[in-house]
Amino acid sequence: MSAAPRGRRGVLPGFGLSTGFTVLYLCLVVLVPLSTLALRSSALSWADAWRVVASPRALAAYRLSFGASLAAASANVVFGVLVAWVLARYRFPGRALVDAVVDLPFALPTAVSGIALTAVYARTGWIGRFLEPLGVRAAFTPLGVTIALTFIGLPFVIRTVQPVLQDLDPALEEAAAVLGAGRWETFRRVLLPAIIPAALTGFALAFARALGEYGSVVFISGNMPLRTEIAPLLIMTRLEQFDYAGAAAIAVVLLGASFAMLVAVNRLEAWTRARTGLA
Amino acid sequence: MSISIRGLSKAFDGHPVLNDVTLEIPEGELVALLGPSGCGKTTLLRIIAGLEMPDAGEVLHGGEDVSARSARERNVGLVFQHYALFRHMTVEENVAFALRVRRRPRAEVSARVAELLRLVQLDGHRTRYPHQLSGGQRQRVALARALATEPRILLLDEPFGALDARVRQELRRWLRRLHDELHVTSVFVTHDQEEAFEVSDRVVLMNAGRIEQVGSPAQVFEEPASPFVMRFLGAVNVFHGRVDGDRAYVNDLEFAAPGAAGRAPAHVYVRPHELDVHRAAAPGSFAARVERLVPLGGAVRVELSAPTYGRGAVEAELDLRKSEALGLAPGDRVWLSPRRVRVFTATPEELDSLTASEL
Amino acid sequence: MSRLSRATEALALDGPTEPLLARAKREPARPTPGATTGGARPGSRPRRPDEDPPAVRWALVGFALLFLAAFVVLPASVVLVEALRGGVALWWKALVDADALSAVKLTLLVAAISVPLNALFGLAAAWSITRFRYRGKHVLLSLIDLPFGVSPVISGMITVLLFGAQGWLGPWLVAHGYKVVFAVPGIVVATVFVTFPFVARELIPFMQTQGAEEEEAALVLGASGWQILTRVTLPNVKWSLLYGVILCNARAMGEFGAVSVVSGHIRGVTNTISLHVEILYNEYAFQAAFAVASLLFLVAIATLGAKQALEWRQRAALRAAAQRNVL
Repeated sequence: MSAAPRGRRGVLPGFGLSTGFTVLYLCLVVLVPLSTLALRSSALSWADAWRVVASPRALAAYRLSFGASLAAASANVVFGVLVAWVLARYRFPGRALVDAVVDLPFALPTAVSGIALTAVYARTGWIGRFLEPLGVRAAFTPLGVTIALTFIGLPFVIRTVQPVLQDLDPALEEAAAVLGAGRWETFRRVLLPAIIPAALTGFALAFARALGEYGSVVFISGNMPLRTEIAPLLIMTRLEQFDYAGAAAIAVVLLGASFAMLVAVNRLEAWTRARTGLA
Repeated sequence: MSISIRGLSKAFDGHPVLNDVTLEIPEGELVALLGPSGCGKTTLLRIIAGLEMPDAGEVLHGGEDVSARSARERNVGLVFQHYALFRHMTVEENVAFALRVRRRPRAEVSARVAELLRLVQLDGHRTRYPHQLSGGQRQRVALARALATEPRILLLDEPFGALDARVRQELRRWLRRLHDELHVTSVFVTHDQEEAFEVSDRVVLMNAGRIEQVGSPAQVFEEPASPFVMRFLGAVNVFHGRVDGDRAYVNDLEFAAPGAAGRAPAHVYVRPHELDVHRAAAPGSFAARVERLVPLGGAVRVELSAPTYGRGAVEAELDLRKSEALGLAPGDRVWLSPRRVRVFTATPEELDSLTASEL
Repeated sequence: MSRLSRATEALALDGPTEPLLARAKREPARPTPGATTGGARPGSRPRRPDEDPPAVRWALVGFALLFLAAFVVLPASVVLVEALRGGVALWWKALVDADALSAVKLTLLVAAISVPLNALFGLAAAWSITRFRYRGKHVLLSLIDLPFGVSPVISGMITVLLFGAQGWLGPWLVAHGYKVVFAVPGIVVATVFVTFPFVARELIPFMQTQGAEEEEAALVLGASGWQILTRVTLPNVKWSLLYGVILCNARAMGEFGAVSVVSGHIRGVTNTISLHVEILYNEYAFQAAFAVASLLFLVAIATLGAKQALEWRQRAALRAAAQRNVL
């Protein structure tokens, strides 16, 4: 007598096939591999795990990875907002080209970026040769790592802030002007609050990406343990020595940080959405 | 093919949208589902089409239970509010779609498509794409597409909602004429009372997931079954009063209230065009003051205030002849007598929702 | 919107039914829209509320361009300059070297396997998520976004943990004579893991915005699932799908970190283009390294070009649709 409850999810065909395949794929490609990670690192006793995870070399690697990523992401926020502002608001010759260039770090394979950045910032490089007399060494130093990470994270901030600026209602600025605010005041009180959530999201994305970055950094860093060795490389070295458990342990630390960042990003985006209508 | 709906219920995410709906639509009838947004009329239509599955109840097409059949197997024609034309196909390919997926021979397909395009007067546009057509033309293509397989049931979801007023008028009349020729059982959803009255044989009034009344346009207008129907179909004046036995009282006015029993608070409804305006007191009339006169083409709306009756604002509608004869002006003192009223007892919630006034 | 078109709009709003003469008489009283480029003489007209003083504008533009030059343009150009150092002949020689060629072949093979697989997944995931109602969708979406939060090295390591000789499936694989890690299959697996979200992330928002109406119409008209997919859905999503495939392909060809862990670094056998570049660079064969790298650079440029072409096309389509909707 009563109608079939099937079809309550939707009437288009293919639910079973599409969802089944999706879930299967995700299990095979994501869940199973990640669980082996957890299992492998649990092969170590807590004491051993701590020794690996907290060894001086590992600590130096975390310091470098986190520190450089933080610095790079911060630089990207400052310059990213600047570039996004310029692209969204001003007309100048070559604007379309500049807009396309912003995507280059995204599209360029990391190995290519790696050797290119090294070539530019090495002692004899195009920029490096000007920095050398100033006593600034970029290649084979944490500075070089930071520069590489800035390159990598560049598009994230710009591409999250740019649409916000473009979609901004000009009526807001007009209202501010009519009410007597000058340009700087308008920027500070009206525009900046609208930009900040997007900039923060971009920062988190750039930071998360920088933490795990490998290819762009290994060439310019020189990979000296305790000095310019990034965490991903440390994992690589452990693997080469067949210390799977140790590598897994360090990976868990790194993953934990990345996931915390991604959760923060999600929260931020939800918070921004809840406050939409503020801009 | 007739349509039978029995005890249909549907909820989305815990929100009930249809509540035990039962309806019979005989073969060949053109029925309008009329109601405010959110009343469930579109959901009901989609359940008839097979695009939603009810939580309880059954749907029969021509006496056969189709509740378990997918939309694909029901052979109904469906016209969407925003046309849902296949944007990358030409007009011809859109109309031919249903026949092509059934693998009909090419000659049959092109003959049928030509016939349909002639029917909707678009045979000069067969190679155009939807984005090259106007809204009215797109809707006609959607109709032709739906009729391709000669369905025995035609369903239309606010078909003219996205069009501007003039085109809507033309297409309304055209749809009615089409129905008179083809006699396909048709159900269409609308929130526009005028449209429902103009096009349909019978009107089904829905509110909050339930059917309030079913009847011909004249029936539901003259004999509304509930306050909702009364208020939804056109402007109405509401007076607070009470019933006692089979009489209703508003202040010192008395009306017949057949069917009422006992004592209870009540609402007395009077349509603006059934409120007579006099220059002098007459039996069964009450005093009011003219506030504003609004010319409405062939009639005049008179806005009055009568603080001891209703909420203070009363509306009457006079045809031009009567209005000129009276020669009203703002500020005039007049007397109003209702020619015809409807009385409904008031439930406590209804009494609260209208601002209280002196009884 | 340029100032000229804003002014045109403002004029149009003043009543199209006004006789021309009346409009002409009123014009001088309205503040002139002014020049479009930044050459307005100071003091000749009040500045619009959302305009910045020219000095500020040019300073900001200058800084932005400087930043981009130092961080993007120079590194990008150095690839080409170093690749062609010594002339085109030398560049070509580096490319047709046997090991380089096999690296290219391997890269193409990996892409040819992972891209179609991931495109299929993207379609299935988008169909499931945007056309049906069920709980747990956000879990699926989070899982799809996962590779973006995982370092490529970790992705590669996971592949090793699973398929390596000491991994979970290791003993079974060894027993059956299958070599995954440090061989081509391992590279494919690692690449699939890293690139699988790209197509899905393009299709899902697109199909979400588009809505299911056309597919519902096709269903009511009697089409089967396959007919709906091929005749209605695919033609509608083809540009989004293409763009996702292009991004997926670019990433698959250029992946380095994950592949580096999994490959055996065996010259001529298990090296992709990226790995070959690394080998050459570490051997101080700089010109050859940049020459091979320039191949990937060209892929990147082609990807960006395709992106711009697709966006331009999308914008043109939107404009056309907006014009039609005025009817």
